Amino acid sequence: MSDLRPSLDTPEVTAAEEVVATETDTAVRSRRRSPLGMAVRRFRRNKIAVAGGVFLLLILLLAVFAPVIAQQSPTAVDLGAIRRAPSGEHWLGTDASGRDVFARLVYAARVSLLVGVFAALLAVLLGTIVGAVSGLFGGWVDTVLMRTADMMLSFPSIVIIIVLAGILGPSIPILVVSIAITTWPTTARLVRGVTLAVREREYLHAARVAGASRGWMLRKHIVPAAMGQIVVVGTISVAAAILAEAVLSFLGLGVQPPQASWGNMLNDAQSLTVIQSMPWLWLPPGLAIAATVLAVNFVGDGLRDAVDPRQSGRS
Amino acid sequence: MTAFVVRRILVNIVVFILIGIGVFLLVRAAPGDPVRMMIRPEDLQEGSEAFIQARREELGLNDPVLVQYARWFLDALTGNLGDSFVNRQPVGGLLLERLGPTVLLMSTALAISLLIAIPLGTIAAVRRNTGVDYAAAALSLGVISVPSFFLGIVAIYVFSLQLGWLPSAGMSTPGDGTPGDIVRHLIMPAAILGLASAGPLTRYVRGSLIDELSADYVRTAEAKGAAPVRVVTRHALRNSLIPLITIIMINIPQMLAGAVVLEQVFAWPGMGQLAVRAVTAQDYPVIVGFALYVAALVLICNLLADIAYAAVDPRVKVT
Repeated sequence: MSDLRPSLDTPEVTAAEEVVATETDTAVRSRRRSPLGMAVRRFRRNKIAVAGGVFLLLILLLAVFAPVIAQQSPTAVDLGAIRRAPSGEHWLGTDASGRDVFARLVYAARVSLLVGVFAALLAVLLGTIVGAVSGLFGGWVDTVLMRTADMMLSFPSIVIIIVLAGILGPSIPILVVSIAITTWPTTARLVRGVTLAVREREYLHAARVAGASRGWMLRKHIVPAAMGQIVVVGTISVAAAILAEAVLSFLGLGVQPPQASWGNMLNDAQSLTVIQSMPWLWLPPGLAIAATVLAVNFVGDGLRDAVDPRQSGRS
Repeated sequence: MTAFVVRRILVNIVVFILIGIGVFLLVRAAPGDPVRMMIRPEDLQEGSEAFIQARREELGLNDPVLVQYARWFLDALTGNLGDSFVNRQPVGGLLLERLGPTVLLMSTALAISLLIAIPLGTIAAVRRNTGVDYAAAALSLGVISVPSFFLGIVAIYVFSLQLGWLPSAGMSTPGDGTPGDIVRHLIMPAAILGLASAGPLTRYVRGSLIDELSADYVRTAEAKGAAPVRVVTRHALRNSLIPLITIIMINIPQMLAGAVVLEQVFAWPGMGQLAVRAVTAQDYPVIVGFALYVAALVLICNLLADIAYAAVDPRVKVT
């Protein structure tokens, strides 16, 4: 499922070069030989993924230092200056309530990133538990859990979230929970697969004979074995969650004004007048969403190749 | 095979009933009193608590939840999904009249996505690790990263407002409604929806064709002296497209999600637009009706995917 690999290196060549590197450079031998060190090395070779990571770091800094970067309040209403074009005072103009668009854009990064990261974390946590339970217990527990996961996967997540948000009312917690509810099955199936593979390995038999509980095996053996792939799925889930937040807030079902999110800033762009004559209202948040999600996906792809070069799909 | 199909149908019916129970309980757990919502604010002033209690009794909202569910389920089975809180029309009819536009939008988009995905995936597979391949990969990653509603807004800005080529909203110009007019309205939403689905399909075609190209029969065909183009199109591609039916079926529900959003952007009078309006107005009967429609669509698509998978490939053993 990999997309963009900037270099034409095949995994075998990469691995071979690594061996040469580790053997010549004895000083860092131990670090480079560790799986994590090798993964980091492979990731750093992927220029597009690194660029994505740098971009995300910038967005993160923007979000953290929002009050320093944006000189104006994102929620201060100024009815005397409605929908003004960009100027020295308002870099990206003002919106329908006279709020500074640049300030809103910067503060919105906080909301979008928080929703994205928390929804993905929750989904990964839920998926890991369900997947491990499914794999460790087997039998009817496995059947029921995996059937449920398959069902959830086949339903379009946006539609489920729309129905949930519509019935329970729109708010950030409901948004995070409903995104997580629709994205956990991917992690669950992945962790279940790893669990089934690890379950029959000698060290897990040894652990079992030594009297290890299922919880212990989960924490000490299964999660570490699946960690690389969990990180990859988690990263891609962040991208999906940021998109979901944007879509729902655009439809008015996610983050509610006056709080700014990239999605609800685009909500104004449902009117033709705004689209035609006030591009500063919809172009910046739209580009922000697209660039951020693209960057997250690049990083996710880079991580996938770094964690498991065999999965890179560029066979 | 028949036993397999029958069992899959039964399983899906059970799942549909479970989804129905879930949606029903969710609506019951929702904040707000349906009676108060159904009464217009101006009537509410004179409607005292006693009046509301009487209405609750009349609607059966004071009965045990199980009784309420049984009644709702039997009603739903006969196609009666209740009336919209907003305009008092039967939900079944409201959804049905919007089914057509959504189906038109989705089928056009599906055709567009196949017209992009099959040639692009084929070229990417044959010219692996070249510019074309990377461009195809970039396209797939791009269309899943850029939100379709933003693409829609940009398209409206460029093609409707700047160039004036295409209409920006609705399904037809009032007073016109000829097929040509509808097509002009259809182009932008269908193209964007098709582009969004073309990403995953292109990757699928590419991956599947790469697998087939390494098969023995391909080498045999090459050895016989068949032209390279013929080997790809007549031998490998045909086989690699067999499982595509399954992939398409799995993709249709995801496409519906895209349609819901794009209908909102382009004011396309489909089910998605109705659903979003219902959600904003907290029109529960319409939301529930929409949810059941979607559930039915997803289950039918899954069923067809399973059957197609087993039917077209004799190597798949049905148990």
